[in-house]
Amino acid sequence: MYDAPASEQKVNQKSTKIAANKVQVFYGDTHAIKDVDVQIEDKTVTAFIGPSGCGKSTFLRCLNRMNDTIDVCRVKGEILLDGEDIYDPKVDPVQLRAKVGMVFQKPNPFPKSIYDNIAYGPRIHGLAKNKADLDEIVEKSLRRGAIWNEVKDRLHAPGTGLSGGQQQRLCIARAVATEPEVLLMDEPCSALDPIATGQVEELIDELRENYSVVIVTHSMQQAARVSQKTAFFHLGNLVEYGETGQIFTNPVDPRTESYITGRIG
Amino acid sequence: MTDATSTPGAMPHAAPKSSLLTLDSRVRRRNAAEARFRAYGIAAVSVGLIFLVFLLIAIFRNGIPAFTQTFISVPVELVEEKLDKTGNRDIEEIKKVSTFGYKPLLVDGLTTMLADAGIENPFEKPADVEKLVSASAVGQIRDYVISHPDAIGKTVEFRVLASSRVDGYFKGRVTRESLVRDKNLDAEHLDVSDALTESGQMKRSFNWAFIFGADASESRPEQAGIGVSMIGSFFMMLVVLFLSLPIGVAASIYLEEFAPKNKWTDLIEVNISNLAAVPSIVFGILGLAVFIQFVELPQSAPLVGGLVLTLMTLPTIIISTRASLKAVPPSIRDAALGVGASKMQSVFHHVLPLAMPGILTGTIIGLAQALGETAPLLLIGMVGFIASNAPDGIAAGFLSPNSAMPAQIYEWAKRADPAYYERAWGGIIILLAFLMTMNIIAIILRRRFERRW
Repeated sequence: MYDAPASEQKVNQKSTKIAANKVQVFYGDTHAIKDVDVQIEDKTVTAFIGPSGCGKSTFLRCLNRMNDTIDVCRVKGEILLDGEDIYDPKVDPVQLRAKVGMVFQKPNPFPKSIYDNIAYGPRIHGLAKNKADLDEIVEKSLRRGAIWNEVKDRLHAPGTGLSGGQQQRLCIARAVATEPEVLLMDEPCSALDPIATGQVEELIDELRENYSVVIVTHSMQQAARVSQKTAFFHLGNLVEYGETGQIFTNPVDPRTESYITGRIG
Repeated sequence: MTDATSTPGAMPHAAPKSSLLTLDSRVRRRNAAEARFRAYGIAAVSVGLIFLVFLLIAIFRNGIPAFTQTFISVPVELVEEKLDKTGNRDIEEIKKVSTFGYKPLLVDGLTTMLADAGIENPFEKPADVEKLVSASAVGQIRDYVISHPDAIGKTVEFRVLASSRVDGYFKGRVTRESLVRDKNLDAEHLDVSDALTESGQMKRSFNWAFIFGADASESRPEQAGIGVSMIGSFFMMLVVLFLSLPIGVAASIYLEEFAPKNKWTDLIEVNISNLAAVPSIVFGILGLAVFIQFVELPQSAPLVGGLVLTLMTLPTIIISTRASLKAVPPSIRDAALGVGASKMQSVFHHVLPLAMPGILTGTIIGLAQALGETAPLLLIGMVGFIASNAPDGIAAGFLSPNSAMPAQIYEWAKRADPAYYERAWGGIIILLAFLMTMNIIAIILRRRFERRW
């Protein structure tokens, strides 16, 4: 398939954060994800691309067990986070989600103040010992979300009063406030204008220093801009996974080539 | 053809170009259909409004007179040798004189009053003059004497209720013609009443006892009030609120957020919806069988009434709470789960506050429905005749027999005396006032808790 030895070399260099082996997902009788094997590296941005309904969001939501909330959804195979199976019966999804944060397609701040939006995660996980600690976490997270300068004067204004792009950056800040190790992003820019998208993309690039970021996107330009590794999904199969540059310039699988050049999808 | 060529891409067989200034027949038909539909809508709303106006006019025209009552000011000499023979003001001795013993004093008082006012006394039998006043008057005088033993021997001015027929005469319910076949009152009484009104001795004024007083026997409609049953209703509403709100909200949260979706929960859901449509009298029979016959709680008690109404209100509260929980956008739940909140934290920290206005509105509407419910109360005996006045009536609280406002109205409407008909309408006004207040509270709470997301 693709140039296996080269990519595996990279994997070994940067250490695997999440390893998925033979993952199958079923929605009732529908076989949504078929035999997906993927190694997601630490401190790397990995992009999932593919046509609508190909299962990339479903797979993403498996990585922090958000699919648990859907009754008919069943997951088979194993997904290892730092070598531990996250679908092990001993794993509490709440603990997992503190390690694997998520940013959603539509900005979804809580209908509370900006401060409380950020402080909520640290509060429930007991990350702050006192008010000063919490203030510091809030400021640090907002700075990392590249929104501190815009909101520092109105931390107690409602988070829902911000513009769409600001809301999304607020949500990213909220996700990093709990100090996750992996950040999952499900089409984080689909509701944003190009300027806000640019800001969020810049932010993703900065986040790479500390986190392993997995981003689902419909925009191939975005995947090419922000990611180092790209996985192409088609009809529930992982068709091709490799270095972003290689996927976009020299895809191995004809389906990848057709999708990238706009013939399918 | 010039048309077709001038617009590139036009259909080859395009119809001759039509003007925008004239309507074609399809558009005209569509517009006519829309206009008809609007007319139907306006007609339906107007019919509804007309009925509402008629209803309100009927209620207020018939009910407002119940709030006023004719009173007579009569000076009564509290003769010592009749009320306290021993003269040592021993309260137990005074209590031995029954209301019957006060009758002659009242008759004397009325006769003197007529003489003083210069009104000719037309009554052949001296006792006939007493028919002017309510049968409750002697009791009122006796109560006064028992609480003020020092007044014995003095002449005290009492403001007593006029009898219901005299009152009815001033309200247009009783006429001289209608009295011909009435043994309770004669035309002479009406003449005297007119004269007393002129001299200012007889006056129609606002009757607080109607709002705060207790029910009275069938023969004394002028004395009856809705106060005690209001307290009964209040106790029942407390029971309903404190049982149905927590149970209903907890049940809906569990069903909506935690319960697995399988055929059992489907069955429960269908049953809850059906329970909301069960006739309330069925809940009454259930309450009778379970709470009174099986658990052996006392009959006619607000506690039992409250339990029955709780059963009746629960489906309403559960349905509206589930609807408002469903209306909370799922993105909020995702957001909470995404930062590592547990299911319970996401529900209690984020979903419930957003659903609060809907829950409160549903609860208050459920309570208002329960407040106006009569049928189940008939079956558990909450149509009791409670004539004791407020402090005695409420002292025992949840387990002592009581009535409820709608049941009281039903009782009054059932009684033969036309004076009770007027009181039933008056009771409806008070009940409506309560319902309106509750609905206004619901609106205010909704406004207050409503937040945008």
